[in-house]
Amino acid sequence: MDSFIHPLTLVTFLPLAGVVVILFLKNEQKNAARYTALATSLITFGVSMAVLAQFQRVDPNLQMVIDLPWIRVGSWVIAYHLGVDGLSILLLLLTTFLTPISILSTWTAVEERVKDFMIFFLLLEMGMVGVFLAQDLFLFYVFWEFTLVPMYFLIGIWGGPQRIYAAIKFFLYTMAGSILMLLAILWLGIQGGTFSTPDLIANNHIPANIQFWLFLAFAAAFAIKVPMWPLHSWLPDAHVEAPTAGSIILAGVLLKMGTYGFLRFNIPLFPQAAWQLAPWIAGLAVIGILYGAAVSFAQKDVKKLVAYSSVSHLGFVMLGLFALNPQGIQGGILQMVNHGLSTGALFLIVGMIYERRHTRDMDAFGGLWKVMPVYGALTLIVALSSMGLPGLNGFVGEFTILLGAWDAGQAGHVLGSYWFAGLSALGVILAAVYILFMFQKLFLGPIDKEENRNLKDLNWREIITLAPIIILIFWIGLYPKPFFSLMAPSVDQLMVVLHGAALALH
Amino acid sequence: MWFSETVANSTQFFSLVPWVVFFPLIGLLVNLIFGGRMSEKAIGITACGAAGLSLLISVLQAVSLLGHPGGMVVYLADWIVVGDLAIQWAFQVDTLSVTMMLVVAGVGTLIHIYAVGYMHEDVRHNGDPTRYQRFFVFFNLFIVAMMILVSADNYLMLFVGWEGVGLCSYLLIGFWYDKGKDGIGNALAGKKAFITNRIGDFGFLIAAFMIYVAFRTFNFHQIFEQIQQAGSSFTPAIFAITLFMLLGVAGKSAQIPLYVWLPDAMAGPTPVSALIHAATMVTAGVYLIARSHPLYVQVPEAQNIVALVGGATALFAATIAVGQFDIKKVLAYSTISQLGFMTAAVGMGAFTAGMFHLVTHSFFKALLFLSAGSVIQGIEAGLHHIEHDPRLKKKMVKPHDFDPQDMRNMGGLRKRMPITFWVYLIGALALAGIAPLAGFWSKDEILAEAKLISPTVYGLLTIAAFFTAFYMGRQILMVFFGESRAEPTAHARENPPVITIPLMILAGLSLLGGFINLPVIHTFTHWLEHTLTIEEAMINFRLGEAAEASGQFNPMVAGISTGLALFAILLAWWIYMQRYPAMLKLPPKQRSDDPLKTFIGPLFSALENKWWVDELYQTLVITPYNLLARYLAQVIDGRFWHDWVHDVLIVGGFRFFTRLLSIQFDLGVIDSTANSLADLAKSLAQQMRQLQTGYVRSYALWVFLGVVVILGYLIFW
Repeated sequence: MDSFIHPLTLVTFLPLAGVVVILFLKNEQKNAARYTALATSLITFGVSMAVLAQFQRVDPNLQMVIDLPWIRVGSWVIAYHLGVDGLSILLLLLTTFLTPISILSTWTAVEERVKDFMIFFLLLEMGMVGVFLAQDLFLFYVFWEFTLVPMYFLIGIWGGPQRIYAAIKFFLYTMAGSILMLLAILWLGIQGGTFSTPDLIANNHIPANIQFWLFLAFAAAFAIKVPMWPLHSWLPDAHVEAPTAGSIILAGVLLKMGTYGFLRFNIPLFPQAAWQLAPWIAGLAVIGILYGAAVSFAQKDVKKLVAYSSVSHLGFVMLGLFALNPQGIQGGILQMVNHGLSTGALFLIVGMIYERRHTRDMDAFGGLWKVMPVYGALTLIVALSSMGLPGLNGFVGEFTILLGAWDAGQAGHVLGSYWFAGLSALGVILAAVYILFMFQKLFLGPIDKEENRNLKDLNWREIITLAPIIILIFWIGLYPKPFFSLMAPSVDQLMVVLHGAALALH
Repeated sequence: MWFSETVANSTQFFSLVPWVVFFPLIGLLVNLIFGGRMSEKAIGITACGAAGLSLLISVLQAVSLLGHPGGMVVYLADWIVVGDLAIQWAFQVDTLSVTMMLVVAGVGTLIHIYAVGYMHEDVRHNGDPTRYQRFFVFFNLFIVAMMILVSADNYLMLFVGWEGVGLCSYLLIGFWYDKGKDGIGNALAGKKAFITNRIGDFGFLIAAFMIYVAFRTFNFHQIFEQIQQAGSSFTPAIFAITLFMLLGVAGKSAQIPLYVWLPDAMAGPTPVSALIHAATMVTAGVYLIARSHPLYVQVPEAQNIVALVGGATALFAATIAVGQFDIKKVLAYSTISQLGFMTAAVGMGAFTAGMFHLVTHSFFKALLFLSAGSVIQGIEAGLHHIEHDPRLKKKMVKPHDFDPQDMRNMGGLRKRMPITFWVYLIGALALAGIAPLAGFWSKDEILAEAKLISPTVYGLLTIAAFFTAFYMGRQILMVFFGESRAEPTAHARENPPVITIPLMILAGLSLLGGFINLPVIHTFTHWLEHTLTIEEAMINFRLGEAAEASGQFNPMVAGISTGLALFAILLAWWIYMQRYPAMLKLPPKQRSDDPLKTFIGPLFSALENKWWVDELYQTLVITPYNLLARYLAQVIDGRFWHDWVHDVLIVGGFRFFTRLLSIQFDLGVIDSTANSLADLAKSLAQQMRQLQTGYVRSYALWVFLGVVVILGYLIFW
């Protein structure tokens, strides 16, 4: 792609072009705003596919790198430094894939201040893409914080009754963690003379005890975002109050920024600390898996149920990443994508029924399969994907994660105990409990509420919104090889760093 | 001549094996996508055709195996390839897998045909024509999953089928999802089945992880080869693997302690009970152990545990069957009991005997379920007849409460449904183990092996065989003999050929199926020998001198079991032909619903209530988990983390801190310290005040400005 604009710059800032166009629209031109936003996000997705086409699968290093000095402060430079590798390519694609779907989901759901909504949404996409591409720590931090602003307004303006409380909580929690990360970034920059992540990794001589503290400082920001138990209490509020599209992006992409942060920064920058702290993080992950599943089961609000299930699912991702072996990490990355797809779709599905009935109380439903068979069938597929049915995407991720964690549980390996994987595997049973409970409450049994008797089944727009996700659910479940092969070389390279650290430790 | 040449050159059929999966897959896709616009007939033909073609491919595999008994692995595609792990979609064609394919596709096709008639009646009686399409989509999906299960060449692909059949089971148990107790009973039964199976699958998963750590592969051949080469060095790992796998087996094949889902699974339509919950899916656990025989033979302790679990389940479930009144529940407990026989057999290392019983059982148990379905529909037709005849309707007290599955409402059907009666009788005698029907040969082979290997298991199974003959005698007599005890039964009618012809074919198989492995000739044993190679050596090793007798017909064992069975039938005859009619003549207050109650009293209510195991699990597992989940959600997550930690500790603490700061220090001082943290605190303090005053917009503005200030401050510092 010999475009005069660098492909990564293009994919990051293309949404801004849409914003500019929308700014010129009148408030009443709702559909124009919608179509502009949709078209922009679709073109952005197209550009990200072009990035994929250009991506060399065998190359473990950063590709399509652009590295320009941005701000000079004294002797060091903050750079406009973008790049993509096997750790981030799938998350880039996930972001550009879910954004048009989310925009499509707002078609009839958002009627107020459509123009503003679309502007914030495109700004959010820009921020998220930037987070996954930035290779300069400072630039990363700017994008990271930037995503808070549009999301804050999306929840705060278009959210439910408790939206302000939820928006503030979301903002403060994430912000609080970020401050510590900022300090650590400054420390690294001053000590290392550069903010460039690849350079910092290559010339890594940070002593283990300092790594420990830096690791924790970064982890503070990321663990809140993931969210890891017990820092999750902002999540259900944010999800329940957010509009459907916000929930899809929040679960689908924003949470992944946390897990991605661990993968991109914590593990390669502080590998010795990662090695030492892995059992603790895995322990919290296991608690999150079981706790999230149990709490999810006790919910009456279907959106809250899905929100807590994220705590459980992201626990799997964290467990995989900190198994620190190829199965665990690759499974973890794939599970980030899987969770984005299946939980994104679940929020979409919840939004569809909310739009019809204006309630999310599961007791208000029952027997919907009879009146909405297409909706029922698609929900079933997504639900099964979420509970990890073999043949669908969730299983491939969860299984490789658990396999990696079990492998790491051998004596002398990083986790050193089979309990981590063993207890997490119980989460597979508990997932069936809450997912089947949800499905039963919504779809099975007789229709005993008069309001449900004449509900309309999905229309074409809604089916088209869900269809791409369903296709990927089957694709990843049956033939995940192309996805794994995208990340494998980069993960192998990460393993080299980790082995070096393990040798240094012992 | 032509045939033998074909056989000799027939390896090319092996490459067709993926079509055992693809044909039903195509069938289900066609019915799923176009079914809405297709007639009932077209849907039925598509589904049956798909199953039939799958059978054809299975037969071709068998033909090829005659020439090349070693079989072949047919690679289709890569699946999960991560690090040193490489799992493939590949099909294992050997005598063991093809045996299963033939059973699944053979019995499956017959039941598909039966279901065309059965579901037609269902739609006619209950409305909702989309049901017909839904049923056959699920039914074909089941064949897909089951074929993946039996043809996989590695444990993980097997697991895809393993959970896939569980999904179909869930969907089909809850097929009438708005029926059952309180309208939700069927859906709950489906959920129970899925979750109980998931508990078993947890065991399967752990076993899979252990397999990977020990062998670094999931491929059957590679694992078994490593065991052969390294021998005993794997023993501790294999011991754990086999036991966790047993948990999976207990879930899928309904063994103690996870059998509880199977009786509830009878909520599904009867073809489902026959195909999934009797003939095929539930035997997957037995197949898994047979497939994993090189693992099991390494660890005799684990084998003993498997055999004991099987033996105990066989007896335990047989006792419960005696106390049931629902015609399908009796058969359900009978299935659990028979699966116990098979599990005991493969546990003892008698893999051929176990597989032999699996095959014959699939014939006669499918026959019994389908015949029971025929009985139920016959009675429902009678009920229908009454409801449309006002003169008769008056005689019935409450037609809507009438349960057409309750054997207390039956009796005398022998005359009204003669075909169903005769095939039912054949199935029952085969199950009871009366010579020369199929069940006699296979059950006897298991008993003969048990006699040689484990006296305990032999004892358990022999008593179970006695109960088997008794409860089948009781069922036949209650359903078909005596006088009809309810009005609809008196008006029951025989079913059309689409239903009775599959019954007759299955009856033929139940009559003759035992001949595939007659004593002395042992056709089936020789067929499986190509796959179960280790068996003979291992049996010899375990038995020492007694090895000579292994696999041989034991006249004493056969005599004892047949004698017991005949005695049980006579006993049933005496109770249900002599005492039952007499009891029914008593005034209502002195009557009880089963003459057996007068003999064993409270023990009968223990049997009728299934030894209260469901209640036990409810108390020990389900209620505690519900309470725990609610406690975690409301108290720990809600009141502690959400309210106290956030609202009191974080927000309250922060407010206190900022007030303290604003009183103690001048804000300018803080600014001049150039401490970014304090600067943030300031902007946050602003937010908090705004929050209190309730000016939402100004608050949002402050947050935004705060971010801008901080970022600007950081960048230009």
